[in-house]
Amino acid sequence: MIDYGWLGKLNWDSLVFSKLISNPSVSEVVASTAGCIVIIATIVILGLLTWFRVWGTLWSEWLTSTDHKRIGIMYIVFALVMMTRGLLEGMVMRAQQAAAPDGFLYADHFAQLFSTHGTIMIFFVAVPFVVGLVNFAMPLQIGARDVAFPVLNQISLAVTVSSGVLLMVSLVVGEFSTGGWTAYPPYTGGDFNPGVGPDYWVWAIVFSGAGTTLTGINFTVTILKCRAAGMKFFRMPMFCWTVLCSSILMIFAMPPLSVAALMLGFDRYLDFHFFTNDLGGNMMNYANLFWLFGHPEVYLLVLPAYGVFSEVFSTFSAKRLYGYKSLVFATMSIAVLSFTVWLHHFFTMGQSPTINIVFGIATMLIAVPTGVKVYDWMATMYRGRIRFTTPMIYAIGFLILFVIGGLSGVILANPTVDFQVHNTLFLVAHFHNVLIPGVLFGLLAGYNYWFPKAFGFRLNDRLGRWSAFLWMLGFMLTFLPLYGAGLLGMPRRSFSYMDLTFKPYMVVAFIGAMVILCALITIVLQLYVSLRDRDKNRVPVGDPWDGRSLEWSIPAPAPSYNFAELPRVTDRDEFTEAKEQGRAYQPPKIYRDIEVPKNNPLGFILCLVTGILMFALVWYIWWLALVSALAVIISVIVSTYRWDSERVIPASQVRGDVEKWLKQVKKSRAIGRDLENTPANVGYAKLEH
Amino acid sequence: MDWKVDAPEGLFLKRMWLWEWLFRVPLRLIFTIPASILFVVLSTHLAYASESFLMPLGPVAHEQKTHFFWATALTMVAVLPVFILVPVILIKYRRKKGSGIYAPKWESYGPLEVVMWGVPFLVILVLSVMLWRATSSLDPYKEIEGVVPPVRVEVVGLDWKWLFIYPELEIATVGELVVPVHTPISMTLTSDTVMQSFLIAALAGQIYVMPGMTTKLNFIATKTGKTQGENTQFTGKGFTEQKFDVLIKSDDDFQAWVALVRATGIALDVDTYNRLARRTTRKEAHSALATAQMPAQAIYFTLPDVELFQSIVMRYHSGKPISIEEQPGTEKFGRDKEAEGAQP
Repeated sequence: MIDYGWLGKLNWDSLVFSKLISNPSVSEVVASTAGCIVIIATIVILGLLTWFRVWGTLWSEWLTSTDHKRIGIMYIVFALVMMTRGLLEGMVMRAQQAAAPDGFLYADHFAQLFSTHGTIMIFFVAVPFVVGLVNFAMPLQIGARDVAFPVLNQISLAVTVSSGVLLMVSLVVGEFSTGGWTAYPPYTGGDFNPGVGPDYWVWAIVFSGAGTTLTGINFTVTILKCRAAGMKFFRMPMFCWTVLCSSILMIFAMPPLSVAALMLGFDRYLDFHFFTNDLGGNMMNYANLFWLFGHPEVYLLVLPAYGVFSEVFSTFSAKRLYGYKSLVFATMSIAVLSFTVWLHHFFTMGQSPTINIVFGIATMLIAVPTGVKVYDWMATMYRGRIRFTTPMIYAIGFLILFVIGGLSGVILANPTVDFQVHNTLFLVAHFHNVLIPGVLFGLLAGYNYWFPKAFGFRLNDRLGRWSAFLWMLGFMLTFLPLYGAGLLGMPRRSFSYMDLTFKPYMVVAFIGAMVILCALITIVLQLYVSLRDRDKNRVPVGDPWDGRSLEWSIPAPAPSYNFAELPRVTDRDEFTEAKEQGRAYQPPKIYRDIEVPKNNPLGFILCLVTGILMFALVWYIWWLALVSALAVIISVIVSTYRWDSERVIPASQVRGDVEKWLKQVKKSRAIGRDLENTPANVGYAKLEH
Repeated sequence: MDWKVDAPEGLFLKRMWLWEWLFRVPLRLIFTIPASILFVVLSTHLAYASESFLMPLGPVAHEQKTHFFWATALTMVAVLPVFILVPVILIKYRRKKGSGIYAPKWESYGPLEVVMWGVPFLVILVLSVMLWRATSSLDPYKEIEGVVPPVRVEVVGLDWKWLFIYPELEIATVGELVVPVHTPISMTLTSDTVMQSFLIAALAGQIYVMPGMTTKLNFIATKTGKTQGENTQFTGKGFTEQKFDVLIKSDDDFQAWVALVRATGIALDVDTYNRLARRTTRKEAHSALATAQMPAQAIYFTLPDVELFQSIVMRYHSGKPISIEEQPGTEKFGRDKEAEGAQP
């Protein structure tokens, strides 16, 4: 272990291109192309930033910003970049399975694809997208100026991004793990997989997991301590409730994962025997620890999505959310129950039927609050006035498709049935069925919903709807056939199969994957078209959807201090009440100086040095690991000496901003909802009832 | 109304109906296309499902199939209202042309709450009782009572093939599991490499196999015939080839087969086992070990040491470390023993 040189295990053969030269094949061409894309994209982005001379702005407005809104946006940009990679990997895998038995990929290459696809989609798409949306919207909804710990927020983003970049690096240097996103030992142990692949996985998970734990602490404290005056718990918007539950899950669910990954790291690096075959190692402990995290993780992701849907259903039905207290209670029950079901991921490990029964029933119990939520959303639309905007299309698609996922979930909760369909494509279909319509649709709905608040202009609704439809169609074509193939017994993670019964399913799934690709392209196109037409779609007044909660009561884009005067809350749908009672768009009684957190380079520095630290650890470059670990510690200590961490925005500037905004309000025309997606909508909603 | 003035030129307006039509159609198409494709694919292909629990060859898989359909049907009680009511609500309460009343402050109604919590709860209650009964009656560890004593089979998961040891008959096979019909089969399983999952879908559910540990699986076949078993847990590049044929034979045929194995099998001594335990697929192992009398996919052994299974399991409990060279399933396994030239 010590007998490596200055560059550790690193040499020319570690580069992905050297394998193409020594062994030209389609599989290696695909791998090298992926590597090239990473390198070229990096060069192009750096080049463009230099060309447009935006390094200064980037540094002062974004990279060092402690503003929760900007950090949220950076999280989402990162998630979208990673989603593109994860999605393309999905395409390649679907192509391989559609082409089987004569596929074009090596088994190991295919295994790396499903391992990175899973790791990326969970840890570097779903989590950062959720965290990004929460970061952006939650403080606005509770009437706060920022999250409780703005610099900590930066640090969470930093380690998440550096872990994600590490995964990108693995495309170019070395290879990734072949052990799936769950990385079960002993397969991922040093004996069976001596390469760097599992090490990439271990460090990416340990660091990003730490980031998510810190985020959980940050959000929980923010909700508990930073709510505006009068915002009692039962006056919080539904989204904030789901965020609270999800943050608590982050605090308690992420540590078991970090511990499991670290223990695997100890096994691999220091010859420990936690999960090895010999000397009393026990791989079952890993499965327990991993899923002790893994199951709450699912709810950690889906609860905020439920929150977005609650906002969307209520706003676009122009109606109060039905069964608020029921929904709160259901959310809380789901959060608690999520810790009592982890064993259903391995009913087949040989424990007694009594244990399986307990966990099976606990699993099915979660269906009760989830069902209640679905009915509550239906009742929210009932007696409403439903508008079919992009977020609403996603929400409706979710409602229909998610219950299919719920159905297969209840089926899987039966150990008897799980014994048959565990580890088959039925399971793959199930979790994509809950994660795509459940989580991703929610996030995309939230993206379309809050975009005007973030950037001051609306996204193109027509293209938005198209992308929502394509997502739904693509999802169904891709994943519903997998239920069939799974019932027929096709194991997951099969890079090939001899039984041609599966072929038609795989071909349909491949077509579906192409439709999903079109959906992604439509999202990019939507962004492009909306940017081009931004002047026609500006909503400076700030309320494009006749919103109901506090974030719509301020201009769009939101000012860095959020609220000129911290609001006083009297109702659950505070802004709707304010509009109806004529309290909206009033200047504050007195203008005060506002303190906001200063910019801080710590996040960016940590992003760099933790990235180097992880890379050094993966490649056994010990001196570099030591230096970068010291740099991490020193930069954190040094930054604690920054006493002067607040910046003051003078009252005069706030007054100027507000007066300008109110003038804008005065000269704008309030529009009804029929004109919502026309240039007439400048964010000033007409009262319609 | 004035927004139409801002809209692009007249040509675009004339084509508006096309857009309108396209936009309304996706809602319907999106749900009907996949449904019909799926229906066609599924219905034409279910007939081939010979390796699935949907075409069971024994009572265990049959019960699992029945349970699957019951669970699906019962859950439908909670699911169907969503499928039916969502479109109804969308049509009735849509903003344009909707006919329903508008009650923007309506947010709670006691009886409805009771139904919302009550219906799923009752469904889950019924399902839980079913789950409880089925899970305890189909416990894979429970021996099946038959008119004849069970045939014991010891299963060892290797990279990338399964070794079946019949300790009482003093034979062993790779790549082919033969069981007599109407006779309970009692399996004890372990792994001599990484964790794997053993599944014969048409007969019983799967169970994990792990090194140094044993799990159990019991089933009985009620029809003669042929099916396939496999490993469902990814274990590397030979994973998809880790399948085996399962032949269910009548008693007489089974005895004849046992005699054939005894006559043609090679001795499964330590040396042979170590060659077998290398990272090879069933095919590669076959070409390395099998003789001309054996079938194309199977290797037959006689068993000089009936305690072989025990020694495989107990090797991990010696209290001594097992080096990479001694650990089957690693790339380095057995390298020092054989000539380097034997490696590809």
